[in-house]
Amino acid sequence: MKKLRIKQHTRTDFLTYLGVIILFVVMNILKSNGTLSRSLTGQLVPICCYMSMAVSLNLTVGILGELSLGHAGFMSVGAFSGIVAAMSLQNIIPAVPLRLAVAMIIGAAAAAIAGAIVGTPVLRLRGDYLAIVTLAFGEIIKDLVNCLLVGYDSKGLHMAFNLTGSKTIDDLGMKEGGIAIIKGAQGATGTTTIATFTAGFILVMVTLFVVLNLKHSRAGRAIMALRDNAIAAESVGINITKYKMMAFVTSAALAGAAGALYGLNFSSLQATKFNFNTSILILVFVVLGGLGNLWGSLIAAAALTVLPELLRAFSDYRMLVYAIVLILVMLTTNNPTLKTFFSRFKLHKPTGKEAV
Amino acid sequence: MFPKLVPMPSPNLLTERDADKTPILECINLGINFGGLAAVENFNMAIGRTEITGLIGPNGAGKTTVFNLLTKVYQPTKGTILLDGNDTHNMTTAQVNRAGIARTFQNIRLFNDLTVEENVTVAMNAHMHYNMWSGIFRLPGFWKEERVAHERALELLSIFNMADLADTKAGSLPYGAQRRLEIVRALATNPSLLLLDEPAAGMNPSETAELMENIRKIRDTFQIAILLIEHDMNLVMNICEGIAVLNFGRIIAKGTPEDIQSNPAVIEAYLGKQKEA
Ligand SMILES: Nc1ncnc2c1ncn2[C@@H]1O[C@H](COP(=O)(O)OP(=O)(O)OP(=O)(O)O)[C@@H](O)[C@H]1O
Ligand SMILES: [Mg+2]
Repeated sequence: MKKLRIKQHTRTDFLTYLGVIILFVVMNILKSNGTLSRSLTGQLVPICCYMSMAVSLNLTVGILGELSLGHAGFMSVGAFSGIVAAMSLQNIIPAVPLRLAVAMIIGAAAAAIAGAIVGTPVLRLRGDYLAIVTLAFGEIIKDLVNCLLVGYDSKGLHMAFNLTGSKTIDDLGMKEGGIAIIKGAQGATGTTTIATFTAGFILVMVTLFVVLNLKHSRAGRAIMALRDNAIAAESVGINITKYKMMAFVTSAALAGAAGALYGLNFSSLQATKFNFNTSILILVFVVLGGLGNLWGSLIAAAALTVLPELLRAFSDYRMLVYAIVLILVMLTTNNPTLKTFFSRFKLHKPTGKEAV
Repeated sequence: MFPKLVPMPSPNLLTERDADKTPILECINLGINFGGLAAVENFNMAIGRTEITGLIGPNGAGKTTVFNLLTKVYQPTKGTILLDGNDTHNMTTAQVNRAGIARTFQNIRLFNDLTVEENVTVAMNAHMHYNMWSGIFRLPGFWKEERVAHERALELLSIFNMADLADTKAGSLPYGAQRRLEIVRALATNPSLLLLDEPAAGMNPSETAELMENIRKIRDTFQIAILLIEHDMNLVMNICEGIAVLNFGRIIAKGTPEDIQSNPAVIEAYLGKQKEA
């Protein structure tokens, strides 16, 4: 038993990391010699965020096998708590990379708490209740942030809920020199943008690392087992609720970190950015890339974020071309001829043993 | 440091069967109703610690329902289940398993997208202790326990000569191998009572003969009790030390294979019917 066995998934995982690293290096070179268009350069951080979002949603949808329609809600929680953290820590942590890291960790923690609150009542139930509850969660978060007022002054954080619509940022009673961080429906304005492409790259790598290592540990096996057959999983002693929660909360936390980075990339950000359409968009990345297939999610997220940007030249026909590309992608991934063609490049050659 | 004391094998060892007379499982007046239908009623049974017991009866008699009651897939509406003397009435399916009952399913329920080895190691989950963070950051606890689990899985798979299938997806195994994998998976939870629901279903005579040997081997090596449901009378009469016959949810006879074969009520309710068919 001393023989070192390199499993197929180890190779796939390694190539996934390698692909992300190569992409990062290439993009950095293109950026520095000015080949990359301005608009595409501006898209680098959001692309990283969406790649990370797709991987973390794949943990819930592909690996756990539960449908979530509110992943953007967790991104929103992470974004606004990350912005508040970064803005109020400006004087306490002057080092920008450290402040960004702390903001992302706080964003992840806040989203994890939101995930636990959403998951606790729902994940004990059998059936597709998670979809409807996460859908509602996304909408509720949007409305809550829309009436949230947050400011920071020498006395610390000030927060109020503008439920009646009559309050303004002045009602927080801040001292001279205080800054408004979130102004209700106007969202976060005047945010110091500290997000960088390097941080985006690290985010994608960390997300991959967490999801892949979780998947190939005892927790991941338990999660995939209860997806494949819940009754059998229980019959071998697996606590279903515990492992569902573990996957769902981890997925929410990773979305929170991505949200924080996203939020700190724009000087102004509204809660409506993280609406139902965004949740569906991320779900499309996951479905298109393949359930449980993490490199598929990465490619789908990157391609579908860049594509509309590249197609800007066609302006009027942009959405049309976008739709056609989508259909073509779906056709080719299901086309038997192309499938056998592509399968020749697969790493894992089917052995005779499997055919038994 | 002193070396650990090594227990010397005594020339006077009793087999465990003789050493402990208390039953591993006891069912007292167990029953369940499905909307008026008494699927199981007044089910009384005691199983010794290393006994192989058969549960037989015509289709729809309630045999699988008994397994579902024992494993808490259904909550009994009446009666008590004592596992090693402990009442299981407020335990869940997972807790009952951790307390010592493992089972296979009549309709195979494997984790199809996991490999054969993963199907076995996932069943060792309750016996592994490294936490989520050790798993994510690959701390020493992860490597240590995963290596032990890997070796144990191959050992258990080799009972059925399946070790070389370890990296195959469970869903792509042929039918007979899937049934055997379910037994290995159940054994991986380290049970004291193993429930087998029609283990020989769909197997040819030579496969069944091999299975029969393996069931005996499992009992002898692991020193556990086995309760099995089976329609193959040859298998049941050959390997069971005790048999209970169920008909319309009630036990109509209990005894040794010889008693059962000559019991007129059984012949009428069960064996007689089979001859007609
Ligand atoms: N969940 C349920 N709801 C309602 N009725 C049920 C349920 N489960 C089982 N039954 C009924 O209980 C009776 C016993 O079923 P059971 O599956 O235990 O039979 P069995 O002895 O295992 O038969 P077989 O040899 O065909 O497997 C049947 O009449 C069945 O229809
Ligand atoms: Mg049955």
